[in-house]
Amino acid sequence: MPLKGKTTDLKKRMRDALKGGGSKAIEKQKAIGKMTARERIISLLDPKTFNEYDLFAVHAGKDFDMDKKYLPGDGVITGTGKLSGYPVCIYAQDFTVAGGSLGWMHAKKILKIMDHAMKLKIPLIGINDSGGARIQEGVNSLAGYGEIFYRNTQASGVIPQISVILGPCAGGAVYSPALTDFVFVVDKITKMFITGPEVIKTVLGEEISMEELGGAKVHAEITGNAHFYATSEAECFEQVKKLISYIPWNNLKKANPLPKKSPKRFYKIDTIIPIDQKQPYDVRNIIKAVSDDSDFFEVQELFAANIVIGFARFDGQTIGIVANQPLVMAGVLDVDSSDKAARFIRYCDAFNIPLVTFVDLPGYLPGVDQEHAGVIRHGAKLLYAYSEATVPKITVILRKAYGGGYIAMCSHHLKADFVFAWPTAEIAVMGPEGAANIIFRSEIKNAKDPDEVRKKKIEEYKEKFANPYVAAAYGYVDAVITPNETRRMVIHALEISSNKQEQPPFKKHGIPPF
Amino acid sequence: MEENINIKKYSDLEIGNVRYKTILTKKYLNRKSYKDVNSKEITAFLPGTIVKVFAKKGKKIKKGEKLLILEAMKMKNNIVSSIDGVIDEIRIKQGETVSKDQVLIKLK
Repeated sequence: MPLKGKTTDLKKRMRDALKGGGSKAIEKQKAIGKMTARERIISLLDPKTFNEYDLFAVHAGKDFDMDKKYLPGDGVITGTGKLSGYPVCIYAQDFTVAGGSLGWMHAKKILKIMDHAMKLKIPLIGINDSGGARIQEGVNSLAGYGEIFYRNTQASGVIPQISVILGPCAGGAVYSPALTDFVFVVDKITKMFITGPEVIKTVLGEEISMEELGGAKVHAEITGNAHFYATSEAECFEQVKKLISYIPWNNLKKANPLPKKSPKRFYKIDTIIPIDQKQPYDVRNIIKAVSDDSDFFEVQELFAANIVIGFARFDGQTIGIVANQPLVMAGVLDVDSSDKAARFIRYCDAFNIPLVTFVDLPGYLPGVDQEHAGVIRHGAKLLYAYSEATVPKITVILRKAYGGGYIAMCSHHLKADFVFAWPTAEIAVMGPEGAANIIFRSEIKNAKDPDEVRKKKIEEYKEKFANPYVAAAYGYVDAVITPNETRRMVIHALEISSNKQEQPPFKKHGIPPF
Repeated sequence: MEENINIKKYSDLEIGNVRYKTILTKKYLNRKSYKDVNSKEITAFLPGTIVKVFAKKGKKIKKGEKLLILEAMKMKNNIVSSIDGVIDEIRIKQGETVSKDQVLIKLK
């Protein structure tokens, strides 16, 4: 056959494979607001940068007449491309082909692109849309999942791993996203659970819809499995692009800097916080008031909103932000907020992203439910993550920093490099009300007018201890600064710490409380 | 500074003798309050079916005595009393399906 014939043959083969599951299956996919797998990759990546591999992979099913079936690409599309100029490895499960079910060849294609990403030290993006294991392939399908989990774990902290859940992702399949760094979900499209509504109904008699059990909102708000929530696939892809712009290609690199920009004038830092410790405000306004272009890219916005985490830039450099949020639950630490912040801190540390912490918290949330849910174990994660992190750590204490909360929020004792405090800061073992009640208990009890004495004693305590100067006297605060100096001081501290090198003691790995 | 925040209503949250004005999360508002275990109430630990009832009203029973069999998660579970007592009330019949935490038998 002459070359022309051969190329015509190739083109025909490609045409057949690119049809995916055929027009009927594609129609069904579109009817529920979903793009096809290939469309997703193309609309996510930079134009004309996607190159597909293993298009002609043949599925490995032999039993149940599967050998007579043609499954284009075996239900998954893999390749390389560029995302905002970054090289990336990518795969997308194709629900139109056998429901995107995971057979052995499907898995092998994913494993191959994962190995590629690890060798080339570039980010891996997975788009999940699959009915689950391909039952006809039996244990080989399970083997596929296991091999993916192993690679997710090996790649963890080496290359960024991003999971975009655009369809069902159920049973064992959900553990791959759970092992990756960031999970993106889309309203009405994402469905993630270990056991579905059917099983729950048969076994436990509890009735629940898929959306209520494992929809996007549930994972963004309640379980904390998701990091980014969007209302459409297009919005979701914009979020992925934005995230990629903040993080480095791998753990040996730094995130690409952008040109410096001043914060927007709209955010006036000295007017944001109420002096009355009991009044709330949105700490995100403080973050925006000090970061480049007032741009703050929040992670897990809806989950455990009493702590705020996310990325910002200072003088063009990516910084990880952790901040108590007085607006929600008075900014307390609890099971979920400790877990949320701790994981983010470890992410930043693994990828050389310096940490800036803003502190304003009354302490830990009291309650039987918290104690029984393991607030000791979960709270310890935060101490562990901050203590372990060797990236530059800068802390700014805005108002309250009481008790265990003060220690946990990247105090000098956990080896913050710089701790700054505003004159409004109250760094003390507990709030004046609680402290006065304990220290002057008998005086108050024996007084003629206990309420009057209590008030007086609280004022006395406030005067003496509810300020940043006691901590500053011991050197636990490096500088007391005005709000307007915050940005300049943080940028200076980051610049000074940019060559920081800290060698943790040799170990195979630590044993964090998870 | 951002309009959407000021319109929200704040609740009180007391920590360390101080009442803070803040927004309470759904999760916090939906938390289950703690209930002490009442050993005089025999409840279903899982939803299931009552396969057999041994208990008889007014009968004296000893700690560890079989009261009924509850089939749940494809397992037949012997439900025994954790105290000595007298059967006060039997709220279920053989063959009945029960939901989680439903009171099955009361002791006195």
